Amino acid sequence: MKWGVVRFPGSLDDNDALWALREVMGQDATLLWHKETSLRGAQCVLLPGGFSYGDYLRCGAIARFSPIMESVGKFAAEGGLVVGTCNGFQVLCEAHLLPGALTRNRSLSFICEPVHVRVENSHTPFTCALRQGEVLRLPIKHGEGRYVAPADELRQMEERGQVLLRYVDAAGEQSEAANPNGSLHAIAGVANERFNVFGLMPHPEHAVELLLGGEDGLKIFRSIIENAR
Amino acid sequence: MQVKVFVTPRRGILDPQGRAVEHALRSLGFKGVADVKIGKYIVLEIGAQSAAEAREQAHQMCERLLANPLIEDYAFEVEGE
Repeated sequence: MKWGVVRFPGSLDDNDALWALREVMGQDATLLWHKETSLRGAQCVLLPGGFSYGDYLRCGAIARFSPIMESVGKFAAEGGLVVGTCNGFQVLCEAHLLPGALTRNRSLSFICEPVHVRVENSHTPFTCALRQGEVLRLPIKHGEGRYVAPADELRQMEERGQVLLRYVDAAGEQSEAANPNGSLHAIAGVANERFNVFGLMPHPEHAVELLLGGEDGLKIFRSIIENAR
Repeated sequence: MQVKVFVTPRRGILDPQGRAVEHALRSLGFKGVADVKIGKYIVLEIGAQSAAEAREQAHQMCERLLANPLIEDYAFEVEGE
């Protein structure tokens, strides 16, 4: 499968994403510079984590206007698969490709730790290799990951099954303590209404080898690959 | 023409910075303090022919980039208005 990994100035996890896709998963992955407009035939575009444009003004607010994002927007409108992790998720929200916004963590601290997330909808291109209710252990590392959206929007998203991942404890139970950043409805990952755009705060690309502390991240990439077959 | 833009967290959106500062002010003895919000103050020059034109441009800038209307409110002042 052909992947495009976007690099904005300030992207941090682009090389990790390329490593995960190329070296670990054996995929055909190309780096896409933010000033390019061609997605070079990518079947799935990945927006990596990091601090695009220094996170100036708001996380993702400036990256949204880079030339590549216009192409990503068109690609998504045609049904193309787009995934954003961490800063990539923030960019997708700012670009209105996903609902909601990501705000400062409730604790005000930057959080860097492994968390557990539960698969809330396994009938999507991003989760189809997972079981409904399956618990994944993935790392998070962010200062602005508290997901918010208006109450009526949240209700509709829940009804449509757009919440794909929710923060839980190791046993798969939701609790205040298991919600690291104070996200509304403990949301860790959401899809758009068409289920072809997915954003998540945890980093699947950092959990692809046991040496890195786990390989649950592979399951998300595997879903996307299986879906494309 | 100088424009001053004020961006603040929307009512109902948790502002942990504002809350932390509110607690600090209370502990300093400012007992009546409430509803502290921390936002951004942006100053810019707009090359416009009239205040109305500057106002329209500032409005567009806020809607498209300077604020995220989902989580932030904005207000602005145009010089000479």
